[in-house]
Amino acid sequence: MPAFLIFSVFYIYPFFYTLFLSFFKGDAISYLEFVGFNNFKEILLYDKAWWRSMYNAGFITFWALTFQNILAFLLALGVDKAVRTQKFYRVVFFLLPILSEIIIGLLMRIFLLSDPGVLNHLLERLHLDFLKRDWLAPQSALLSCALVHCWKGFGWAFVIILAGLQSIPEELYEAARVDGANAFQSFLKITLPLMIPVFTLVVILTILGTMQAFAMILALTRGTGGLTEVPVMRIYNHLRTGQTCYACSEGVVLGLILVIVAFGMLKFSKFARQKYGL
Amino acid sequence: MVYKVKKLVLLIIVHTFLMSVALSCIFPLLWMVNVSFKNNYEFKKDYGLQLPKRFDFKNYVRVFKEAKIGVYFLNSVFYTFVTVLSIVFISSLAAYGFSRLEFKGKNLIFYMFLAAMMIPLPAGFVPVYILLTKLKLVNRIGYILAMTNMGLSLSIYLLKTFFDQLPRDLEDAAKIDGCSKLGIWWNVALPLVKPALGVVVIFNSLNVWNEFVLASLMFTDENLMPLQVGLMEIYNKNVIDYTLIMSGLTLACIPIILIYLRTQKYIIKGITAGALVG
Repeated sequence: MPAFLIFSVFYIYPFFYTLFLSFFKGDAISYLEFVGFNNFKEILLYDKAWWRSMYNAGFITFWALTFQNILAFLLALGVDKAVRTQKFYRVVFFLLPILSEIIIGLLMRIFLLSDPGVLNHLLERLHLDFLKRDWLAPQSALLSCALVHCWKGFGWAFVIILAGLQSIPEELYEAARVDGANAFQSFLKITLPLMIPVFTLVVILTILGTMQAFAMILALTRGTGGLTEVPVMRIYNHLRTGQTCYACSEGVVLGLILVIVAFGMLKFSKFARQKYGL
Repeated sequence: MVYKVKKLVLLIIVHTFLMSVALSCIFPLLWMVNVSFKNNYEFKKDYGLQLPKRFDFKNYVRVFKEAKIGVYFLNSVFYTFVTVLSIVFISSLAAYGFSRLEFKGKNLIFYMFLAAMMIPLPAGFVPVYILLTKLKLVNRIGYILAMTNMGLSLSIYLLKTFFDQLPRDLEDAAKIDGCSKLGIWWNVALPLVKPALGVVVIFNSLNVWNEFVLASLMFTDENLMPLQVGLMEIYNKNVIDYTLIMSGLTLACIPIILIYLRTQKYIIKGITAGALVG
């Protein structure tokens, strides 16, 4: 089976090569100059646009964590009870995550653009005039990105949470009912504690996924001159314009931040579980 | 009696909530199809909210003639087909090897694959792109190799867990009948893991079909572009021709939705499996 060896080389070599390149300057093909830690210094201390893009991604992640995941949890709770129509809802909710980011991005761009103004027209008809705005204009473009991202992503969180809910054995609920617990009590004492591992998973995957989201935003707003630019978009643009090494350094910085956040979350959830004896 | 009424009210509330969210998923897609049958004048007048008076396929004809969507479409089919075929071949062999053969460093290599799956490598496309440029593989072959590589680790992991569960007696019987190791793999083991192979095929097909970043970096020649890049291209060339773009988007959605409706069970299984590993 020499197949693995070839392909593990395909994995491992690029990984270390990125690390290596991140200490250089140039496009890695015709020009290369060693600059030590300068790239990292530049990114972390002086590159305002980079931090702006991190802020944007963080903003979208915040919405995804709260709005998208709470919505997904509520939906999963509802669907878990609605036995007969469960399949229908699962199929419908998961439709958006499987469509490509480009399709969703372009579709929503035309839906939101103020020139035909389809969404604004709809809001007017529903007598929700106060919600009307120029969705893709600089001041609200970031919010639109976050909302479209949540809209596309909630089905994915929903499927995982639903799978978690259904893995809770029915006997536990029956035992609780026999002991005289009402629905709310058994939700609080059985469902929530047993779902904590699933929540941790969904939170970590949401953070990792959303911080790296990119194609949808490119299609939806193409960065709005930096106002909705996300880190991966910067990396992509630097790679296109020949600043390959700088792109590598940015990739390393983002990767390190994400690894730290993910491990932090894991540690925190372990700590919390031990403390409360769950 | 009171209990029953209470339950009914609760049920109605839950279903209203679920239905309204489901509607928000489906409505934009229906709107997209609807707009694709209109011309731009009609679209501006009724925001694409009224059903077209007659089904006008002019946009579809134009998107084929002027925007080359046929070429993009066939490219995508080609990339997806070849990539998935090679992923299935390599990953099933490798997974079988991990499951059945004993060799030095087996666990180490397997954990390397797992790590490759779990470590978030944001902008993993950067090193891959540089590598392909250096190898002078910025073409179809390079793209297929890179995409194959991306799908491997999850596929190997999935198949290995399935191979591990197969009873060894069957294989021993085949061995006694004089079957070679590869013969057992092909004749005995593979047919038994068909469900897992289904997950691998569908999951990877969607991934390749929806991939955008690497393809957009690699292909500047229109005749090589896959669908996702092609859609951006169509958009950039016909920015205000909304109905034309909508027909392109509709065409890009149709195959995915059809495949999804037929195989949603496998897809959801793949997503949950992928998530639970990480």
